[in-house]
Amino acid sequence: MFNNLLLDIDAGTIDWSRAQFALTAIYHWLFVPLTLGLAVIMGIVETIYYRTKEQFWKDAAVFWQKLFGINFAMGVATGIILEFEFGTNWSNYSWFVGDIFGAPLAVEGIVAFFMESTFVAVMYFGWKKVSPGFHLASTWLTGLGATISAWWILVANAWMQYPVGCAFNPDTMRNEMVSFAEVALSPFAVGKFCHTVTSSWIIGAVFCVGVCSWYMLKRREPRLSIESMKIGAAVGLVASLLAAATGHKSAQDVAAVQPMKLAAMEALYDGGNGVGLKVVEGIEVPNALSFMATNDFEGYVPGINNILNGYTTPDGKVEPSVEEKIERGKQAIAALAAYRKAKQEGAEDSTLNQQLSILNENMPYFGYGYIRDKAEVVPPIAVNFWAFRVMVGLGGLFILFFAVVLAGAYGWPKALWRDRTITGLPKWHYWIAIALIPLAYIASESGWLVAEFGRQPWTIQDMLPTWAAVSDLQSSSVMITFFLFLILFTTMLAVEINIMLKQIKKGPQL
Amino acid sequence: MNKDSFLYKAFDLYYDGFRSMRLGKTLWAIILIKLFIIFAILKVFFFPNFLKEHAQGDESGYVATELVERAH
Repeated sequence: MFNNLLLDIDAGTIDWSRAQFALTAIYHWLFVPLTLGLAVIMGIVETIYYRTKEQFWKDAAVFWQKLFGINFAMGVATGIILEFEFGTNWSNYSWFVGDIFGAPLAVEGIVAFFMESTFVAVMYFGWKKVSPGFHLASTWLTGLGATISAWWILVANAWMQYPVGCAFNPDTMRNEMVSFAEVALSPFAVGKFCHTVTSSWIIGAVFCVGVCSWYMLKRREPRLSIESMKIGAAVGLVASLLAAATGHKSAQDVAAVQPMKLAAMEALYDGGNGVGLKVVEGIEVPNALSFMATNDFEGYVPGINNILNGYTTPDGKVEPSVEEKIERGKQAIAALAAYRKAKQEGAEDSTLNQQLSILNENMPYFGYGYIRDKAEVVPPIAVNFWAFRVMVGLGGLFILFFAVVLAGAYGWPKALWRDRTITGLPKWHYWIAIALIPLAYIASESGWLVAEFGRQPWTIQDMLPTWAAVSDLQSSSVMITFFLFLILFTTMLAVEINIMLKQIKKGPQL
Repeated sequence: MNKDSFLYKAFDLYYDGFRSMRLGKTLWAIILIKLFIIFAILKVFFFPNFLKEHAQGDESGYVATELVERAH
């Protein structure tokens, strides 16, 4: 992690830039999933109002939309800061990928955000101005707009993990998009989108059940709490199961295109066939990692050492060793330099084409040309290993939690609920539900730690490591903005929590 | 203006909506303060376009030099 001592650039710049991006992305991700999750809850509640025309359901919808609005307002523009960082701290990266990254982010801004902001105005201002049907549609379209935003951001992130649909232009020094469809519909992007969105629904559901639990704890809002709890628990159970299924798919995507990330997630040094999944070191589920990665209990999973030293897959494909990749990467960079020099000097086409041919042939390993020691391509194992376990462990817990809450909210099984209801349980039950709110966030952020720490040292998998991507800045300037963000975001978070708690305490206007 | 026109209805939605806000006023104040801090302070003073400042109009040449030199 702390390397790159041979560079002229301030070595601290790399780690402060990474830390700053991590900090701002983590904070951004505190607001986004609640927006996506509460959008589903408020949509369902208003749909029930639309069907029943009962004032209770309208008041309940207004209540959940108010909480949605608080989170939405606090989260707005927190993502823009990440784009600032691209332009200042990661300028080589920004130029190198601009054509690919710029398109999804532009679409996100123009289409998705305008959709959200248009329909959110109708949702809040339009109760007495538009028809109930149009208002309901606006509520769902607000959530859809937020979800479409997520799609485009995740397309951009998925491209970093698995760069497709592009061709490198050595004259402009940019990766240029050759297929928008390949980028936008990359299987990696689709899998990532499904898993990220369903995990966000878990956050919305946990929040909903947690708020309802608080009302039950205080013996307040009995009807709102139990009816909303049913909806929250149902959404949460479906979301948890979908998150597990999409997580399985994501693991297979990672196994296919980022085998080092999977090996780091498992602290798997020596792979093989029929590999078990570690619960913790020493406790293993036999063959489960092979199944997770390949859908085959005897499937081959390479370990860290296999990837470093080269291996042959069961279907005969040879994966070169990292040392071979480094050699090819150096050839690509040398060919790039030779091509540009030859072009400047007005060399003949044959000379240019020769260098272009070497560059294109070795372009898949371009980033390896910056690797000095093969150990540099191994991501931080401890972070990946434990973050993965935290995410999956809590994900499993949520399946159980929502199943129990849903059953309890409906008084099932009858024999268990004969003498009590879910609104009259001992207080510790509700405290558990409330305590799960921060744990849901921890699970969600842990998923991002796996995704992004597992990608290290690459800003673009195999194409550009962090120390080639970062701007030649003084680390002190990055450090200053790091702490500025820490103060700004912590203040915003504290303000949101304060306003949110006030409104929850105030309760719905039933 | 014709009160049945779409433009009037849209204007009325926003005008009446903003006027009736209570919690919304607080949230909008927070949004505007945040946007000011982000765009007028952070972007202007702390997040310049690095390449625009350093590449002297030749961004591709600058990045090429950076990427080639960093491999040495």
